[in-house]
Amino acid sequence: MSEMFHKLWDAGLIQLGIWETIYMTFLSTIIAYLFGLPLGVILHITSPGGIHPIRWLNNTLGFVVNFFRSIPFIILLVALLPVANLIVGTSLGNRAMVVMLVIAAIPYVARMVESSIREVDAGVIEAAHSMGANDFEIVTKVLIPEAKPSLIIGAVISLVTILSYSAMSSVIAGTGLGQIAIIYGHQRSNPDITWVCVFLTVIIVQVIQEAGTFLARKTDKRAK
Amino acid sequence: MIELRGLEKIYRDTGEDIVALQDINLTIEDGEIFGIIGLSGAGKSTLVRCINLLEKPTSGQVLLDGKDLMSLPKKELLRIRQNIGMIFQGFNLLEQRNVLGNVCFPLEIAGVKSGDAKKRARELLALVGLEDRQNSYPSQLSGGQKQRVAIARALATNPKYLLCDEATSALDPNTTRSILELLKEINRTLGVTIIVITHEMRVIDAICDRVAVIDQSRIAEVGNVSEVFAHPKSAIARELILPSDRVTIEEAHGRKLRILFSGEETRLPVLSQLILDTGCPVNVLFADTKETEGLLQGQMILEVSPEFDTKVVSWLEGHGISYEEEV
Repeated sequence: MSEMFHKLWDAGLIQLGIWETIYMTFLSTIIAYLFGLPLGVILHITSPGGIHPIRWLNNTLGFVVNFFRSIPFIILLVALLPVANLIVGTSLGNRAMVVMLVIAAIPYVARMVESSIREVDAGVIEAAHSMGANDFEIVTKVLIPEAKPSLIIGAVISLVTILSYSAMSSVIAGTGLGQIAIIYGHQRSNPDITWVCVFLTVIIVQVIQEAGTFLARKTDKRAK
Repeated sequence: MIELRGLEKIYRDTGEDIVALQDINLTIEDGEIFGIIGLSGAGKSTLVRCINLLEKPTSGQVLLDGKDLMSLPKKELLRIRQNIGMIFQGFNLLEQRNVLGNVCFPLEIAGVKSGDAKKRARELLALVGLEDRQNSYPSQLSGGQKQRVAIARALATNPKYLLCDEATSALDPNTTRSILELLKEINRTLGVTIIVITHEMRVIDAICDRVAVIDQSRIAEVGNVSEVFAHPKSAIARELILPSDRVTIEEAHGRKLRILFSGEETRLPVLSQLILDTGCPVNVLFADTKETEGLLQGQMILEVSPEFDTKVVSWLEGHGISYEEEV
């Protein structure tokens, strides 16, 4: 390992980078789900085959979601700098980064949630209707609980995507392992530092993936 | 009492109109087990869904104890649905909830307190014979057990009516029999009015008091099961009652007589007696005995050569045995 690596390690920068990457990723994902989950549910239930079809609302939301999903993240990032400034008062640093990650992730999460919920057996929904359940009860007691294992798998995929977004965002504003790789690895020509960041990221992704898969399997009461 | 008046259902959304139900008039009395039989695509599933308005009829009336369901506000309709239980061919249990949770589900919707709901759910699981499986998940149960859970769930809110949509079609013959017995017992002990949708005559035979035969979106005939069985008026009823492999019958050249027995007659050696008395050779094309409404009923299709035909007919008439010309 190069001298630079020891310097960074002793200063605790790499450790901080690991923490910041994890922290950013989870915080952004949680906030993205706060908005993305209801949005995904609305996208599903207002669709033509859903429990409460509303064509214009579905078309409008669908268009907005597709619009944001079709912009490459790095471009969205630049475009959203003023928005971050407006919301958290700065376009630099972790707070701005969270805002941009959340905005980029909401449409992604919404589509994830929508596709998970779409898998719920129509017969079960019909049974709930026959018992006199209203739309709200069908969402909270049937759609979400029945789709839970699939929603967890979706959340894992979202986490990993947001993690890679967070690394990308360090080009503009963010911190974490992505920033260390760019500044100390790439710009100062220390390939070993870049590789350390790659290795650490791979470990984080593996842990998230394994834990998520375990949780989904444990939650799922269907035959395995 | 459920009354369907001038019910019509037309699916318009595909551009081309598809008529699912037409001119449906039915009255289902309290406490009876009413069967609706038809081939697939006849409209029977749509018909049963019109009773709790899972399908909204295009026109006509659905009267439940005199109340017009179509005129009710949504909230009131949802409340009324708690009085109409429903079970399905595919069981439709919540896969992520255990057996107890599934039976509690309609009670949660009805706003029953959790403790009371669990108590009620356990009573119902005892009724369907699954009290020891309350912590199992649907994936751990057999088809028959799943349908029992579904029945317990459908009865949780103490409904007056129970709709069964092809409830035994996914089950083997033995399981079918036990589920039908359970339904009959529920009808007898709890007084629940049961509406059974099926494409199988044996289901109607086993439990129904009355039957409506539905064909091509219309009701072809309605009557007591034994009456429809003995004297089917519509072509579709004959097709459902008689064996599916009718080719052998159609290919027979002689005169075909369908002989009907009921009660004691079924135990007598009628056929041997006929042959001994008249000396006429007859060919048995089809024979079947079944129990309907606790009454043993039999039918037999005989092929008689033209030269003996009057002799046989007069023997049958002389012995008071009912028969019909089979074509």
